[in-house]
Amino acid sequence: MTSLQQAYTAARAQWEKLQASEVPIFFVGAATCGRAAGATEVLQALRGRIEQDKLDVLVVEVGCLGPCSFEPLVIVHKSGSARICYGNVGPDEVIRILENHVLGDDPCAQWALGKMTVCPNERLTASLQTDGIEDLSAHPMMRPQVRNILRNCGLIDPENVHHYLARDGYQGFLKALELGPEKTLDQVKASGLRGRGGAGFPTWRKWQFCRTAPGPTKYLICNADEGDPGAFMNRSLIEGDPHAVLEGMLIAAFTLGASQGYIYCRAEYPLALQRLDVAIGQMRELGLLGDDIQGSGFSFDLSVKKGAGAFVCGEETALIASIEGRRGMPQPRPPFPAVSGLLGKPTVIQNVETLGNLPLILRNGAEWYTQYGSETSKGTKTFALAGKIERTGLVEVPLGIKLKDIIYEIGGGVLGGKALKAVQTGGPSGGCIPAEKMDLPVDYETLTQAGSIMGSGGMIVLDEDTCMVDVARYFLSFTQAESCGKCAPCRVGTRAMLSILERIAAGEGQMADLEKLESIARTVKDGSLCGLGQTAPNPVLTTLRYFRNEYEDHIQKGQCPAFVCSRMISLDIDPHRCSGCGACARVCPVVAISGEKKQPHVIDQGICIQCGMCLSACPPRYAAVYRRSGELTRYEQRKEIQRKSK
Amino acid sequence: MPIGKSKIENRKSKITDILARHPADRGSLIPVLQDIQKDFGYLSQDVIDELERRMGISANEIYGVATFYTQFRFSPPGEHTVVSCQGTACHVRGGLQLLKELEQRLGVTAGQTTADGKFDLERVACLGCCALAPVVAVDGKVHAQVTAKKIPSILSQYAGGRK
Repeated sequence: MTSLQQAYTAARAQWEKLQASEVPIFFVGAATCGRAAGATEVLQALRGRIEQDKLDVLVVEVGCLGPCSFEPLVIVHKSGSARICYGNVGPDEVIRILENHVLGDDPCAQWALGKMTVCPNERLTASLQTDGIEDLSAHPMMRPQVRNILRNCGLIDPENVHHYLARDGYQGFLKALELGPEKTLDQVKASGLRGRGGAGFPTWRKWQFCRTAPGPTKYLICNADEGDPGAFMNRSLIEGDPHAVLEGMLIAAFTLGASQGYIYCRAEYPLALQRLDVAIGQMRELGLLGDDIQGSGFSFDLSVKKGAGAFVCGEETALIASIEGRRGMPQPRPPFPAVSGLLGKPTVIQNVETLGNLPLILRNGAEWYTQYGSETSKGTKTFALAGKIERTGLVEVPLGIKLKDIIYEIGGGVLGGKALKAVQTGGPSGGCIPAEKMDLPVDYETLTQAGSIMGSGGMIVLDEDTCMVDVARYFLSFTQAESCGKCAPCRVGTRAMLSILERIAAGEGQMADLEKLESIARTVKDGSLCGLGQTAPNPVLTTLRYFRNEYEDHIQKGQCPAFVCSRMISLDIDPHRCSGCGACARVCPVVAISGEKKQPHVIDQGICIQCGMCLSACPPRYAAVYRRSGELTRYEQRKEIQRKSK
Repeated sequence: MPIGKSKIENRKSKITDILARHPADRGSLIPVLQDIQKDFGYLSQDVIDELERRMGISANEIYGVATFYTQFRFSPPGEHTVVSCQGTACHVRGGLQLLKELEQRLGVTAGQTTADGKFDLERVACLGCCALAPVVAVDGKVHAQVTAKKIPSILSQYAGGRK
């Protein structure tokens, strides 16, 4: 028996023991997001109490289950009861759950999100019912989801390889070894898998190029340089289930004949880097890295390279330059990296999530995989749902799902019941899809036609309080700052577009600026060397296409309908409503507000910097501070109508 | 002076340790610089001169690479690093306002260190905690759903500490 087989036996026994444990277990979501939400304090309180009372209770730190807006999340296993997932658990709640549910009989239904077996997708058996608590899989946030890639996230201990093995870990790789490289490639081809980094290039074709490229030395790189602002899918997957990505790397490397692999991961993700280090060490112990892996004759080794903070390094050729220890600047293509990449050798670069798909495809077969997805876009895709939305989180859905299902069902609609304005996909390379297009299916082609891109999975919801000129300006200021400066269209073009947008946002725009913007945008799109420049104009082009009226309001009326562009808004105090409480004057950072006690206050417009602090400080019962922008804005008009109809 | 000398010796031995952890090739430059910054806090000219000798890469070249990446700094850091996230999700939930508030409270603009050397203020493109936006991180600890009102209490947690 090889050590891997022994490990499987041990892993299954360990896992079964965990599932049928007599000892109660707390699974605490402790990925970066969970910790930010307070999981560290929860763990402290819980462990402190267990220590103090010498309780026989286990605590396991797991990755992120996905519903981030309910963080910190705790799943409690108690013998004889269904597992219950609790949301928004603070240090006090966790102690109450310990006392009332684990040591008592009250399942604390008020904090429960739902009950579950092991996987949120698996329905509960009747014997495990717990009164008053629904299945977690029936929770509106979970119901439309298909958790394949994220199947282990939040359920297993990411630093315990036995958990991964017990959940059929590395079986996909063993299957690939059994099939051989050609048949593995056929499986990937039949699955229709496309690159999850954004562009959606068919994975098998990239592999084919690399396989047919001459020379014995080939490299595989995992791109974990998740630099898109608003995206955290890769971080969650690595933090929650690092071995899934590493198994994907083994499968890819075996098919390509690569002997050395690199993981290029952002330095901003310390926990992900730590998890990778631990997992790679475990692979070595199990004989899954090194020479002649599992007696197959296939040799492969892995090392982690930390990114040093440059967005452009998400671009394949720039990433390679960075690994080689140079400035991360892109190269003209062709030659493509699949033919001549790292150190001039054929190199395949895959996104974290693409790799995370491979074990599933190999283990379950291409046919199983293609049951999910649309005609041209197969499988599932993870999205980082954030912005002005009720339920933020990391979600996984079959491709082809309608945008509105993600926004309204999973996300629960716009935060605070406000009106949806647009959904931004693909980060700085993507665009804004307006509210009236929420019927669009999410697949590569449809999103491209709408002027956006699938991107790596960032999905930011924008509501009526978002100014689209400001959104375009925001993304341009990002790409302008991150442009490496190598080619002129991107270096000069992003700067030129940004200065026009800044002018418009400052109320100094002219109608001719809009045509100029469009023309520069097209030039940058066509003329830039790499993906950063080629896609940088997308936010400008889509906002011009769908929200031209907002640009026109800024230019012609000197008005920002969403009250965002501070140069165009002014703040005033309604003398009839002001009670003279002085709350506004106390917070004003520039002392622009004056007035006698219990007398209406006034804002000195010459001093005011439109920071809006007074607006949030004014007690709601007075609501005396108000904003205006130019003439009565549509927003104000709508408020007026709403007021009258009440 | 004996004290100065031991300092230099100490620095050299630290650099030796770091170089020993990485293969001696060009591809190690960035990891070496990262380790040096971790140990020394920043990349000083003395250290880069030393690296020029040890790695056989010109100081010009090293500066060329180091200045390309935002991670590297060339002046000593403050005691605590306050990072204001300017990612998309944070932006639409008021990230810029938080940055302004931080700038006001600390009396510096992003990228600077306070006069007492207590705080660095930095802006970052995204910390990847978008679901908890807007976030501010201090010394790597992420504070979720920060509002302008919470900032004084967050800063005061760090304002004491070692002198």
